[in-house]
Amino acid sequence: MIPAQELVERGVAAADAAGADACIVLVEEGSHADVRFAQNTTTTNGVHRARSVSVVTMAAGSVGTSRQTGVVGTAGVDDMVAAALADAREAPPAEDAFPLVEPWGGTLGRDFGLAPEETDAAILDGVLSSLSGAFGRARARDAVLAGFAELDVMTLYLGSSTGVRLSHLQPTGAVNLVGRTTDGKGSAWVGEPSITPSMEVMEREIWRRLDWAKRQVSLEAGRYEVILPPSGVGDMMAELAFGGLGGRDAEDGRTVFSSEGGGTRVGDRIASLPFTLFSDPCEAGVECAPFVAAEASSSEVSVFDNGLPVRRVDWLHEGVLAHLRYHRAGAAKSGVEVAPTFDNLVLHCAGAAGGSVDDMVARTERGLLLTCLWYIREVDPATLLLTGLTRDGVYMIEDGAVVGAANNFRFNESPVDLLARATEVGTPVRALGREFGEYLNRLIMPPLRIPDYNMSSVSQAS
Amino acid sequence: MPLAADDLTALADAALGSAAGCQAAELRVERIRSQMVRLHDAHPETTADDTDFGMGVRVVVDGAVGFAATVDVRPEEAANLVRQAMEMARVTSRAGGGRVELAPEPSHGDVTWTSAFEIDPSTVPMAEKIALLSEWSSRLGDHPAVSHTTASLLAVSEQTYLADLNGTRATQHRVRLQNQLEALAVSDSGFETMRTLAPPVGRGWEFLTGPTDDGNWNWDAELAQLPELLADKLRAPSVQAGTYDLVVDPSNLWLTIHESIGHATELDRAVGYEAAYAGTSFATFDKLGTLAYGSPVMHVTGDRTVEHGLATIGIDGEGVEGQSFDLVRDGTLVGYQLDRSIAAAMGFERSNGCAFADSPMHVPIQRMANVSLAHSGSDGPSTDELIAGVERGIYIAGDKSWSIDMQRYNFQFTGQRFYRIEDGKLAGQMKDVAYQATTTDFWGAMEAVGGASTWVLGGAFNCGKGQPGQVAPVSHGCPSVLVRGVRVLNTREESGR
Repeated sequence: MIPAQELVERGVAAADAAGADACIVLVEEGSHADVRFAQNTTTTNGVHRARSVSVVTMAAGSVGTSRQTGVVGTAGVDDMVAAALADAREAPPAEDAFPLVEPWGGTLGRDFGLAPEETDAAILDGVLSSLSGAFGRARARDAVLAGFAELDVMTLYLGSSTGVRLSHLQPTGAVNLVGRTTDGKGSAWVGEPSITPSMEVMEREIWRRLDWAKRQVSLEAGRYEVILPPSGVGDMMAELAFGGLGGRDAEDGRTVFSSEGGGTRVGDRIASLPFTLFSDPCEAGVECAPFVAAEASSSEVSVFDNGLPVRRVDWLHEGVLAHLRYHRAGAAKSGVEVAPTFDNLVLHCAGAAGGSVDDMVARTERGLLLTCLWYIREVDPATLLLTGLTRDGVYMIEDGAVVGAANNFRFNESPVDLLARATEVGTPVRALGREFGEYLNRLIMPPLRIPDYNMSSVSQAS
Repeated sequence: MPLAADDLTALADAALGSAAGCQAAELRVERIRSQMVRLHDAHPETTADDTDFGMGVRVVVDGAVGFAATVDVRPEEAANLVRQAMEMARVTSRAGGGRVELAPEPSHGDVTWTSAFEIDPSTVPMAEKIALLSEWSSRLGDHPAVSHTTASLLAVSEQTYLADLNGTRATQHRVRLQNQLEALAVSDSGFETMRTLAPPVGRGWEFLTGPTDDGNWNWDAELAQLPELLADKLRAPSVQAGTYDLVVDPSNLWLTIHESIGHATELDRAVGYEAAYAGTSFATFDKLGTLAYGSPVMHVTGDRTVEHGLATIGIDGEGVEGQSFDLVRDGTLVGYQLDRSIAAAMGFERSNGCAFADSPMHVPIQRMANVSLAHSGSDGPSTDELIAGVERGIYIAGDKSWSIDMQRYNFQFTGQRFYRIEDGKLAGQMKDVAYQATTTDFWGAMEAVGGASTWVLGGAFNCGKGQPGQVAPVSHGCPSVLVRGVRVLNTREESGR
């Protein structure tokens, strides 16, 4: 295969020769390794390498796109340019049309000339070595282990007809581990957003939680004081970001951040505690692409913004809604700041007491410790009411200690309301969302204490 | 398929010729073209035209599975993939555990199969797609009740080639299409949306533009009525939470079937192989033949043969012929969906053909067949007749929010349209409705199923399962049904308002 950089140059040149007003070429070089296990045995696995090429052409303010995953060579990229340009010439004008980004003077991302990086099956050695012993220990405890470990390594190359040449390397890994007692009564999950976590620590936590589940407590539906761990907080904040932060949608009047009578709620106080929810490509531990890379436009992201530097954006700042998502054309139209995209989320609270989940358990007289949330879906966009379920461990806390495992629940809650009602905030840590971790891997979240979490009904799942 | 038959044969020969010592090996070569158009207020917002082309090899060697894939579709790479897959099997088996066997499947020889469609939607110019959706959006947007519109079209053309050590060589082509329009109405008291009820289908472009007497959708009729329905919904009273009899339209019920029957009867889930992700199932294997899943009027099949079904296929991702089979008969659990490994592990003589991979980069896993609820025959009741049997209830149409627990007990669904039923007649819309139940309670309370005239093949493009996550298209046919005594929530009250 010809190098990605050459493909970018070829595509940009071909578009120019064909008479396109402008062109953007993105090449992603990806490699992947994974292994899955269940019932104390490995099940499926895979390694693969892939190349994805996207061509975006502009003609008289209209856009055409073509994307191919495969071995795209010089002839292939020429064909893609021709197809995209033909679509652009027939398309109506794009509402997000904007002058393309010019080359940026400073350092942004990785050197464009560097070769892509790759992974292979050897990256799984650590996990597999640990599992061998763990399966035996599980059998000795009348338990079964299930889980998944994966690493994606993606190297992106972006070039435009204005001379922008950018690259970014993004590794994304995770390990999920579930332990279940063979009688089906106990179930526990831990997950780490890394391919090289301490499997010993993860396994130990599974056994601790299954030991907690030896005493079972039956609870009714109702409102409970809960400690929502970082994984669950991360999933709720991800849903807030995916479902609530669209600026154009808020202006349309269709989201929780739409203002009655028109406009948005930017500037409104959302939480009494000084929560700040932000995205920052430079945040340590959750680094991500420092520029916009868009294969297609949406209501908040525009192909015209490809290569635009991404900086820290506070979506909530000290409890106040500070920004919504807009591409440049949308921001110009609405007279607001550009804030198009995010690939990480960080939540913290100034002056919070801090502490780990265990510390917060120790400070709890009576309540529930949740493990993670599952099957979270939007019920009502007006309030961003979400429904979902507790999963793989709900633990009863009395007098500062876990005293047993309770049944699972269906909840109906809004992340906006959770931030408004939270009474205690722990120390933010790197977290893996159980529900949305595969879509948004880069989270730093604290545990939260919610005094009145709405458990709408009991789930018999165990 | 961009490759000629000789080229495919060369790939197969290179791969399978390198699989000496393997108990099983399959090569899949796939080209999947996906197009997406999204409009906001009749103007194009998103256009995407994607083509995925690559190949993957799965092997079973010494009782272990290995999978490898690449976009470099050449014979020497096919042979190399087999070596990589065998290495993956060797490496991962170091962790220990059980052996994998595959249920036997006969050779089907050379197979060519094409789904039922007239016009491959990928051959229709993007500009024509945008123009059609723009015109339809304008029809909605011109109504004074409508503040904004969105329209989206997804079209997929999937060409696959499978060759295995059994001697099956299957070349297949299927298309699918999903088109939706949604209108938003904003008032001083809030906002409401309403979406078209047209299902995603295994049909071609003709579903949008063809004659409606040939199974294609009557878009003119639906677009004409939608703004007034939305205006009524905006003015409608909020539901009083409580227990109601429900008449559920197929446009809503398909999703309840999908979540509470489709996933619950996947045997890989039931025996624990999805415990870390999608979950397990209350319908455990020891309950096969005895579990009272629902009322005696409940008959459910798994099916990969129904015309226009999104999961319909000639040969599945493991070389198994598409089949139809019972899952629930007279209200009792009588079957599961299987792939070859789970069939062998649980003592079945043969897989019933439910393996699928959404990409050449992914290993085939057990995925859902078209799981459908049978109607009550040509003499069965109409939807109006079902409604006539309700004193106080709600008629629900269209799907929206959905959620179910990891063992498929507890579910909650909303919808697009809710009509109050009083004394056997519809009495206007209501809003803020969600229904919540336990699976066996809900299906056990199903008193009647509608006749053949009420049966519709619904479905989804986006059923998720597996790690790495895979997305599968699947259809669910069902009639209107009457279910007694279901818990209904008021969603505004649930949010504390």
